[in-house]
Amino acid sequence: MSGKRSTFLLSALVFGFAFLYVPILLVMIYSFNEGKLVTVWTGFSTKWYVSLFSNDGMIDAAWNSLRIGVMSATLALALGTPAGLVMSRFGRFKGRTLFSGMIAAPLVMPEVITGLSLLLLFVTLEQMVGWPAGRGISTITIAHTTFCAAYVAVVVQSRLSGMDTSVEEAAMDLGAKPAKIFFVITLPMILPALLAGWLLSFTLSLDDLVIASFVAGPGSTTLPMKVFSSVRLGVSPEINALATLIILAVSAMILISSLLILRSERNRSRASSTEEA
Amino acid sequence: MTSDTPEKSLSLKQRFDRWMIKHGRVLVIGIPYVWLFLFFLVPFLIVLKISFAMAEYAQPPYSSLFDWIEEGVTVTLNFGNYLFLLSDNLYATAYLNSIRIAAISTVITLLIGYPMAYGIARARGSVRSILLMLVILPFWTSFLIRVYAWIGILDREGLINAFLLWTGIITEPLIMRQTEGAVFVGIVYTYLPFMILPLYSTLEKMDVSLIEAALDLGCKPWKAFLKVTLPLSMPGVLAGSLLVFIPSVGEFVIPELLGGPNTLMIGRTLWNEFFANRDWPIASAVAIAMLVFLVVPIMWFQHIQTKQEERQS
Repeated sequence: MSGKRSTFLLSALVFGFAFLYVPILLVMIYSFNEGKLVTVWTGFSTKWYVSLFSNDGMIDAAWNSLRIGVMSATLALALGTPAGLVMSRFGRFKGRTLFSGMIAAPLVMPEVITGLSLLLLFVTLEQMVGWPAGRGISTITIAHTTFCAAYVAVVVQSRLSGMDTSVEEAAMDLGAKPAKIFFVITLPMILPALLAGWLLSFTLSLDDLVIASFVAGPGSTTLPMKVFSSVRLGVSPEINALATLIILAVSAMILISSLLILRSERNRSRASSTEEA
Repeated sequence: MTSDTPEKSLSLKQRFDRWMIKHGRVLVIGIPYVWLFLFFLVPFLIVLKISFAMAEYAQPPYSSLFDWIEEGVTVTLNFGNYLFLLSDNLYATAYLNSIRIAAISTVITLLIGYPMAYGIARARGSVRSILLMLVILPFWTSFLIRVYAWIGILDREGLINAFLLWTGIITEPLIMRQTEGAVFVGIVYTYLPFMILPLYSTLEKMDVSLIEAALDLGCKPWKAFLKVTLPLSMPGVLAGSLLVFIPSVGEFVIPELLGGPNTLMIGRTLWNEFFANRDWPIASAVAIAMLVFLVVPIMWFQHIQTKQEERQS
């Protein structure tokens, strides 16, 4: 291959990854800066971590976000899995077009529209039936569940449509009930997709600012809302510390999961190679 | 049909099983159906309704469309909100601006992402998986934090200005944050992984022997790229561009944090109508207009895309 081209590709990669990582690294470095100004390095200090952990508002917001994230990811899994199953295995039924539209639409819907429409729904419902009384954690959870369920449905659907149906068909021929087939055969096979769907939903929920801002009430400030309100005014060393913690946690998770995937792939290839031998 | 009437000798479990076989399918379809119907579709009907209301100082701050009087119900539809959207060219400007900013950002993302995806696809196996992981990693970290990182760099008292002042290249700090350029940087930075991943997957699947054949037949490398590689990677280009364009066109956070007060984008306009002006009917009308002129065309385009792919395969 021509040397000119590989030099070009190499420099594109170096430039691209520098573009992706230098801003994050700068935030991490300056989280250990003693001074309040970002631009002036005055010495190493961990005091912003201490002040982050003594910021009650921030801790409460983080706690709210985690609770909402776990609840809505779990609910989204419970709703999105049957939705994905319906899309890939149930064939035609009345109202299928509307159903597939309602699964595809949340993925392209601007967040401001989703947020506004859900808020207006909650306000109208409160006027008409008295529920939900006020807005808070529960309304944010419902909102996040709705758009996360669409993501889970898409993940599950694409896993199912790439999967061999012969085992399911064999079980059906042998007289197993549909529910049993699902729980004994289909579910274990799509388990990685379910895990991915849950993690994706959890991350999306934890990261969402716009929708939560619309449907939140007093006392249900989430972490992104808290971060946004302090970041609007400019750079804050506490946010640098928070960012560093988030990045480290995510990197550790990604590293562990990719190591696990790598190991299971290796085991599988070893198993298949011994089978062949 | 005797089997339809449950006999008394059946146990509870057997009855449950029969009921499940008969109604299980409806249940599996029904639960997500009802949820999405109630929390996704109905809200839009309410937005549509309120877009015809008038703003009022009340709780909630809009007028009711229906008045119950003795003879029945009167419906008052107020088209004023839509007329207002048409008469004040702020909204049209914001809409066109969003499309322009999203389109330019998508092109820049493509120009940066394509060589990266190509480089990753041509890297050796072990290096490739590490590079891919490095592309995916930022996607899992907080979006808000990544936009925030650029505030510290582009700000008036930010790192670039501090560096340039220190070197003496400039004597006055440059204004980089709160400009349209900063919005481009923010969008490209945030959505670059979305561009690289689909491009990578098409480039990785591509048959290298086709390019080698073109080169062997005397084709110049750049011509081989334009005639062979680029056309074959078009599905990836299209998929990546949509993944960048769709979220950035309705973006609120990036123009709010990095853009100036004059960087109008339609998502930000809706937010301000709602939160700053507390004008719920106008915000609803903006949402309906966005739905009609933005979301529906995008979904229609995607629908045609998938149909074409199905036909090809």
